[in-house]
Amino acid sequence: MNAPDIPVLSIMLAIPVVAAAICLFVRAELARIIALSATLLNLLLGVVLWINYDPAGAQWQFTESATLFGPIGWRLGIDGISLTLIMLSVFLMPICIGASWVSIQKRIGEYMAAFLLMETLMIGVFAAQDLLLFYIFFEAGLIPMYLIIGIWGGQDRIYASYKFFLYTLLGSLVMLIAMLWMIQFAGTADIPTLLNTDFPAEAQKWLWLAFFASFAVKMPMWPVHTWLPDAHVQAPTAGSVILAGVLLKMGGYGFLRFSLPMFPEASADFIPLVFGLSMVAVVYTSLVALVQQDMKKLIAYSSVAHMAIVTVGLFTFNQQGIEGAIIVMLSHGLVSGALFLCVGVIYDRLHTREISRYGGLSVNMPKYALLFMLFTMASVGLPGTSGFIGEFLSLAGAYKVSTWATFIATTGIILGAGYMLYLYRRIAFGPQVNADAAAMSDVNGREMWLLAPIAVVVLWMGVYPETFLAPIRRDVATIVARIERAAPVGDSKLKLVDPTTARYRVVHGPEKNLAEGSH
Amino acid sequence: MELNASLSLVRPEVILSFSALGLLLLAAWREQAGRLISILAIVALGAAAAFVISFMMNGTNLSAFDGLLVNDSFGNFSKILIFIAAAISLMIAPRFLENAGAMRAEYPVLILLSCVGMGVMVSATDLISLYIGLELQSLSAYVLASFVRSDGRSAEAGLKYFVLGALASGMLLFGASLVYGFAGSTSFAAIGAAMDAEVGLGLIFGIVFILSGLAFKISAAPFHMWTPDVYEGAPTPVTAFFASAPKVAAIALTIRIVLEAFGSQILVWQQIIIAVALMSIIIGAVGAIGQQNLKRLMAYSSINNVGFILIGLATGTEQGISAMLVYLVIYVAMTLGSFICLMQLKDKDGGYREEFADIAGLSKTRPPLAAALAIFMFSLAGFPPLFGFWGKLVVFNAAVAAGLLPLAVIGITASVIGAFYYLKVVKVMYFDDAADVIVDSDDKVLVWTGGLLAAANSPLGYFAIPALGLWTAYAARALF
Repeated sequence: MNAPDIPVLSIMLAIPVVAAAICLFVRAELARIIALSATLLNLLLGVVLWINYDPAGAQWQFTESATLFGPIGWRLGIDGISLTLIMLSVFLMPICIGASWVSIQKRIGEYMAAFLLMETLMIGVFAAQDLLLFYIFFEAGLIPMYLIIGIWGGQDRIYASYKFFLYTLLGSLVMLIAMLWMIQFAGTADIPTLLNTDFPAEAQKWLWLAFFASFAVKMPMWPVHTWLPDAHVQAPTAGSVILAGVLLKMGGYGFLRFSLPMFPEASADFIPLVFGLSMVAVVYTSLVALVQQDMKKLIAYSSVAHMAIVTVGLFTFNQQGIEGAIIVMLSHGLVSGALFLCVGVIYDRLHTREISRYGGLSVNMPKYALLFMLFTMASVGLPGTSGFIGEFLSLAGAYKVSTWATFIATTGIILGAGYMLYLYRRIAFGPQVNADAAAMSDVNGREMWLLAPIAVVVLWMGVYPETFLAPIRRDVATIVARIERAAPVGDSKLKLVDPTTARYRVVHGPEKNLAEGSH
Repeated sequence: MELNASLSLVRPEVILSFSALGLLLLAAWREQAGRLISILAIVALGAAAAFVISFMMNGTNLSAFDGLLVNDSFGNFSKILIFIAAAISLMIAPRFLENAGAMRAEYPVLILLSCVGMGVMVSATDLISLYIGLELQSLSAYVLASFVRSDGRSAEAGLKYFVLGALASGMLLFGASLVYGFAGSTSFAAIGAAMDAEVGLGLIFGIVFILSGLAFKISAAPFHMWTPDVYEGAPTPVTAFFASAPKVAAIALTIRIVLEAFGSQILVWQQIIIAVALMSIIIGAVGAIGQQNLKRLMAYSSINNVGFILIGLATGTEQGISAMLVYLVIYVAMTLGSFICLMQLKDKDGGYREEFADIAGLSKTRPPLAAALAIFMFSLAGFPPLFGFWGKLVVFNAAVAAGLLPLAVIGITASVIGAFYYLKVVKVMYFDDAADVIVDSDDKVLVWTGGLLAAANSPLGYFAIPALGLWTAYAARALF
């Protein structure tokens, strides 16, 4: 455990803010460098956090507490789930800055400042231990994202920016009222305390719905997903990466942190709703993705489908499903971020997202085609990549609850293979019909530096997921223990423990990690 | 002796009255001394505020003039806010009015007289003193609205304000006479006692008329229709004044009369306040959408914000009143800041611009001004992490605590409509192509006050939360 007197989380929150303020006042080249150094510094601090995090230690680590703002407590702290999501954010941020290095040519200082503020707000969301503080970070992210889409976006950026802002705002405001009610009921805004507060069953229903309104939009779940394709298509590449990589995870994080452990009974009651919407989303958005002509739109719809698997996994009420959902979130953050970067690479060369304008890129861009294929496979969920681990675990968890939901959600993987491979075929294979596309140069050093680290982590997560499962296992177990009393009875008629195979079962848990450490 | 004691309790108002009269005399000899007299008026406001602060520190809670006025922490808190807002209005005005050829010495004098009126309004505990304060404030305001005589719009604004204001005063007086007739007294305490016994139809009519008259003064729907015209027509520093100090005074007055005179019968007035609050929120939000003039937009924004403030009153609790005061403080900072930004919209010929088309692409040509205005817009809309969020939060928190969940949910949902036009200002400044008509402001006072208010509305404002909470709670306690 790191020395508790160094407020690592506050420093991580402060660095981007300071850098953002400086970026506003310096010239373009310097702003880029400052932004990159600040995000790399935060990545370094993130690694420090990761190394010093003790999976068997206290539930909340690196806690800080100050009463600067009266009723809004400056209380920070992370558990394993927060840790992995913070790592995802700080990992993607330098890549976003790098992706904008040459493609953004106007108002660079302000652009970098907006991204740096986003980073602070994202870390804040995952580290806040005070309900009001969480809300402020959660909601404040709208402003920089609105500016990023509106100023540096594509053709219809204004429509997209309004839609993004107003949709997500409407969802969150009702949640604020619910939060105020909870704070008054429990007498505290402290999240760890609220996690162990039992709200009356009748109130839980309303609170759950209020939180659902916010997180479902953020997630996004069908049918409130329509802001996402617009926002993704219009946002600049780095904006799409952050949107898909981290902002969508806030919805999942919200379900996991608030809806499930705070309102277990209501969550159980609403399983049919969540599963129903998720099933529709998986099938419907996959089919929609199949017919897209715009690369970014296709990936945006695939995001909705993947996030639906996350919601299915989260509401399984068992260890496997929830762990799987978290891995899908991490994996999707990396993979869809990387896919948007891949789109950005060729968009920077040809300035179109139209799929039919490309073709046969594997001939003139072999390195690009290889990386693109890796991320396509990861998105499909090929074993050996991160996508497989997450989807397999969450579907295995879902099978215990509802075989039908699992069956339909699994078709999403087949459809996913369909639209992703179809996309890949149209872009990388086939005849080189477009002369300008055929003349494009392969990925350069900078682009390699952006894509290669993600590729490494995607493979790492696919081959040895234990690195990422170890920190979250205990926290997921805590949540499962908390919601167990409301867990649904599944329809899969599992045998509890088969004595003949029991001795082969691997017992997961903190003990195992200790044992590993002693080797 | 009794008179002396009373006079010592209204020292701030006495100072302001005599300063106003003295400055008026000075103005008679030195007609062009507008700036000097403005500075002296600010000094007088400072002196009056010093007394108010000492009353506040001592925790004075005494009534003066046989129960016509009261000197309590609630009134004193409002007075400090009013005096600060008035002083800022005085500071920002000279250059603007000089440009319009209207920087005459009457401007500071009228503001001082208006402040006397507002001081009486917030400490009135009797329908008679209430009316005297209100009229003194209103009459000064009518003249201020038409202060630029050469501008037809200003004259029109003054006339409209006067006619409609007189109508509202008439309604208020009619209501007051009904209440007097049925309750048998003009004193708030006696009315309150009479209402404890029973509430007849006549008394209810009286309350409705009084509240209607007050709704006009705070520009709450459905008595808001004068606001856009007057805000647009009046010279911008005067508009800034209208949107801040008199609004604080009228809201404080409404709080006091509702709680002290009608407080015992919450069911009688609560529904009226809820209806007025929701109507203001929705009309303020919807009405602003089509506006092309930024001052009219700000008028609708102020209607909208008054709606949120009234949610605090609808609770009728100490927490609710304290929340209203927090919101008022933040609102004054936001609204003054926005008008200060609007006053800096000057083209190269020295003319003032106030249309949407003029601020297109402002962030490219004048980034600091655009950033400040964006901060005020996001703050007025109540988005975190700007300080305006805190005002909305405390008000809704009070509503939730008082069990008014449907009101809170409808109110907060309607704020999404309002978000649309605040976003539109930001969109025009940041996303549109530069119109490049606005030049750098040469008025350092505006730049600095605007910058300071923007800083206060930024997340830095959160550091003020503990102090603000303490003082507003202290002020609100005086009413219960």
